[in-house]
Amino acid sequence: MRTKTALENEADESRPQDAYLRIDHLWKAFGEFIALKDISLSISEGEFVCFLGPSGCGKTTLLRAIAGLDLQSRGSVEQAGKDISNLPPAERDFGIVFQSYALFPNLTIEKNVAFGLENSGMARPAIKARVAELLDLVGLPEQGKKYPAQLSGGQQQRIALARAIAMSPGLLLLDEPLSALDAKVRVHLRHEVKALQRKLGITTIMVTHDQEEALSMADRIVVMNHGVIEQIGTPTDIYREPTTLFVADFIGEMNKLEATSEGPGQVTIGNREFKSANHDFATGAAVIAAVRPEDIIPHGSVAEEPIAEPDNAFSCQIKEMEFLGSFWRTRLQGAALGDTELIADFSINAVRRLDLSADRDIVIEIPSRRLKVFAAVDDKE
Amino acid sequence: MSVTTSDRLPKGRPLSLKLGRDDLLMRGFILMIALYLIITLALPLYAMLSKAFSTFRFDLSQIELQVSDQEGNFDGTILSAATLNDETGAIGADSMAASSDSRLELTPLFPDFSFRSPVRYKIRGTTADTAYLIGSERITGTEWKEMDSNTFRRVVLRPAQSFGFSNFTTYFSTPSLFRSIENSLFISIVSTIVTVSLAFAFAYALSRSCMRFKGVFRLIAMAPILVPSLLPGIALVYLFGNQGMLKGMMMGESIYGPYGILIGSVFFTFPHALIIITTALAISDARLYEAAIALRASRWKTFWTVTIPGARYGLISAAFVVFNLVITDFGLPKVIGGQYNMLAVDIYKQVIGQQNFEMGAVVSVVLLMPAFIAFAVDRQVQKKQVALLSARSVVFEPKPHKSFDRLCFLYCTLVAVFIIGILGVCQFAALIKFWPYDLSLSLKNYNFDVMDGGGWEAYGNSIKLAILTAIFGTIVVFTGAYMVDKTRGFKSGRNIFQLLAMLPMAIPGMVLGLAYIFFFNDPDNPLNFLYGTMAILVIVTITHFYTVSHLTAVTALKQMDGEFESVAASLKQPFYKLFARVTVPVCMPAILDIGIYLFVNAMTTVSAVVFLYSTDTALASIAVLNMDDAGDIAPAAAMGMMIFYTNAAARILHLAASKGILKRTQAWRLR
Repeated sequence: MRTKTALENEADESRPQDAYLRIDHLWKAFGEFIALKDISLSISEGEFVCFLGPSGCGKTTLLRAIAGLDLQSRGSVEQAGKDISNLPPAERDFGIVFQSYALFPNLTIEKNVAFGLENSGMARPAIKARVAELLDLVGLPEQGKKYPAQLSGGQQQRIALARAIAMSPGLLLLDEPLSALDAKVRVHLRHEVKALQRKLGITTIMVTHDQEEALSMADRIVVMNHGVIEQIGTPTDIYREPTTLFVADFIGEMNKLEATSEGPGQVTIGNREFKSANHDFATGAAVIAAVRPEDIIPHGSVAEEPIAEPDNAFSCQIKEMEFLGSFWRTRLQGAALGDTELIADFSINAVRRLDLSADRDIVIEIPSRRLKVFAAVDDKE
Repeated sequence: MSVTTSDRLPKGRPLSLKLGRDDLLMRGFILMIALYLIITLALPLYAMLSKAFSTFRFDLSQIELQVSDQEGNFDGTILSAATLNDETGAIGADSMAASSDSRLELTPLFPDFSFRSPVRYKIRGTTADTAYLIGSERITGTEWKEMDSNTFRRVVLRPAQSFGFSNFTTYFSTPSLFRSIENSLFISIVSTIVTVSLAFAFAYALSRSCMRFKGVFRLIAMAPILVPSLLPGIALVYLFGNQGMLKGMMMGESIYGPYGILIGSVFFTFPHALIIITTALAISDARLYEAAIALRASRWKTFWTVTIPGARYGLISAAFVVFNLVITDFGLPKVIGGQYNMLAVDIYKQVIGQQNFEMGAVVSVVLLMPAFIAFAVDRQVQKKQVALLSARSVVFEPKPHKSFDRLCFLYCTLVAVFIIGILGVCQFAALIKFWPYDLSLSLKNYNFDVMDGGGWEAYGNSIKLAILTAIFGTIVVFTGAYMVDKTRGFKSGRNIFQLLAMLPMAIPGMVLGLAYIFFFNDPDNPLNFLYGTMAILVIVTITHFYTVSHLTAVTALKQMDGEFESVAASLKQPFYKLFARVTVPVCMPAILDIGIYLFVNAMTTVSAVVFLYSTDTALASIAVLNMDDAGDIAPAAAMGMMIFYTNAAARILHLAASKGILKRTQAWRLR
């Protein structure tokens, strides 16, 4: 129940008066299957919002409902103060980019970009100028005469973007636009898309299952799972202060430890009591305590520096160390935790300074602020 | 799940889409083409079915009569016609069964009737619906009508219509009719086995050997598609007929009958089976063969454990296609069947020979059964075949193997000789003055205008039909396929359309043609004006070959990105702009394929049009049939070869056009 209240607060906060796009109690059913459950969400003008979630969570369905491509079963969509709930796509105001690019293969790049500009009342020279401007904007000014198949995937996606913004739509929808690209191109294009969006100030919604993409690009992230919104917040919010176990687990690495509530701000993990972030589970309730690997602070076998929260420090053994380039990932086991293994990421600096290696016994500290407590989930979801 | 919301959709009406202009237009198109299919397919079939189940009988119990004395005075005695007949036995029970056009005179009921006698007669029906004719005037109702003897002579009864299975009872109690079922099944099953085996071996040689001249063999194997199915019949007559060149080889057996039908069927179904089996073999995964070699499996074992299972759907599909082609074919058994009755020919005989339309309809229903079953099974198998196709596999590259390659080459040569031989014999027959007495060459057999069958005009009509069918058919089919694939929502409408589009494949041409007679020849039908025109021939041909064309179009459309329509809508562009600028150009190869498919089939088809042509719209393929019927076999062969050359030319033109258009519209395919 607690999380629901939190979500409602969140939803209320995210509903500013000047909302550009407002989604209200939206449902979508495919036969018996409910793909979207009671989705409410507001997006302000100029915002870059990511819908993030595992496949099948309903994020693309939500995007298609906003575009009018798949009509929702219940609920309303409002754009720029106008109810567009049941308008056909052609009567809405958006540009869209798909994972497949959907460039018209038999038309040149120029003609692709100009497709929407023709017979919109624009004169031929004006169209030409606009196309040139757009191609310039996406950094492909020389490619106008080529056919889509002659361009690389990244280039094609930029053309798709140019085509989508050609008519200066009020809303830009991106449906997994970078998923079909190579990892390197993907990272590069992330910045370009973000920069372009900022430059144009266009309200943008991007659907993605890639958390890195969402964290690096979005102003706000909408985390979805099983057709419901789990959390809405800025990337740092979502990462630092997950409100549900799903969000905590889905984004970034997370140690999930079975624990028992010991009243406000207290939990027992294994056979040791810890201070935790604030929670209001009743004493004795089964909970999950979660901490990110990088939040665990290493100390030497003998604490050389003062330990900030001695109550949350205990000694354990390094079972295994794995070098991952910019940091070391370690598996820790200690009598305090019983059988539970803990994963911790230590910086290269720390490993060198403390002379850490496998089989060594060290003291670690779990900052109480970083030890989140969630309801224990008994289902396998 | 940590968020608690009800998992049930809230009550209330589902949102309904506000239909944009595009949606309305597209739905309009679907409805139009669906309506076309309903009028040209569903309604005629319904007319035929109701014909098969309706019986016509003269019902004497509905007629009452009075007879006057010699002075013309009536004494008021009312005689029932049925009682009279019971007493006199004048009209036998056999004569009571009738067809819709039969008429029954009443004078035999009165043995001493004479049209010169002064005796007067009164007649009336017992029900308001009872109808009889005086001359050509139709009388109904229960009013007494008085007339003299001379007028009474002209009174005839019209049969009363009732619905039931009695036509079928008649059919199954007539051995000469129902034996055709056995014959048809026998011929179809045997030719299926033979054709599929031969085609499999041929396809295997093409795809798994390194023999030379594969392209030439492929080309020759496709030739039978370009000729009407009755052409091999004519060649067989020349080869093994009563005055045949190789009559001795028959060892006393007659080619007129099952042998002729079998050989001819193998000839004309061979390319159809080959196409399907070649596709099935082409998708076999090379990795499986590599695995087999690694496991040291023998060639023989590999064949049975890898090749055959991989191609099984193709083989099953080919078997049903061949079965369907043979059982529904009419031209071949007509030409070479002799006294051996087949179902499709029975329809023709009943309708054209005996004018018994009801019985024709009954045979049609009987013929529909196996064709329908074969069709249904084939559709199921096709679905599985598609699933197999989408699997990622490595293309098999055959390696040279001397003796095996030589064996393949030998076999393919034999098949090629058979096919070229059949065509060659026809061409030879066409150019010979008078087989077997005067073997000098002459073009007199091409002087079609002096023969039965429609002459050169028929040939011109055929070309006209083929061109019109190709143009209008392609437009209708492709537009229909596009609309059904891309329209948003409107599920029920689209499902009905899909069903209608698949139906023609299950309807034999003879059945379709007969159904058209029943539907379009009905004077009450506002579309009656189409009867006997070129338009109805174009319509029936498009409908007859709708399914394959539709599937070709759907396959091409499915390969397009499904989001084009969404993008166009987001750019505020109407669907028809996208259709014209993108869909049609990208699908141009498939569109041309549909066009040539319809052209070739319109040139060769006999079955559907044989009931529908008029003297003004005689066709080349029908001319072959009629000239053969009239004994002008050489001119029939000449006309058959004209069809072959025309189709071959059309194919070449199609190839050139495809290449030219591809170069212009498909430049984007080049990287």
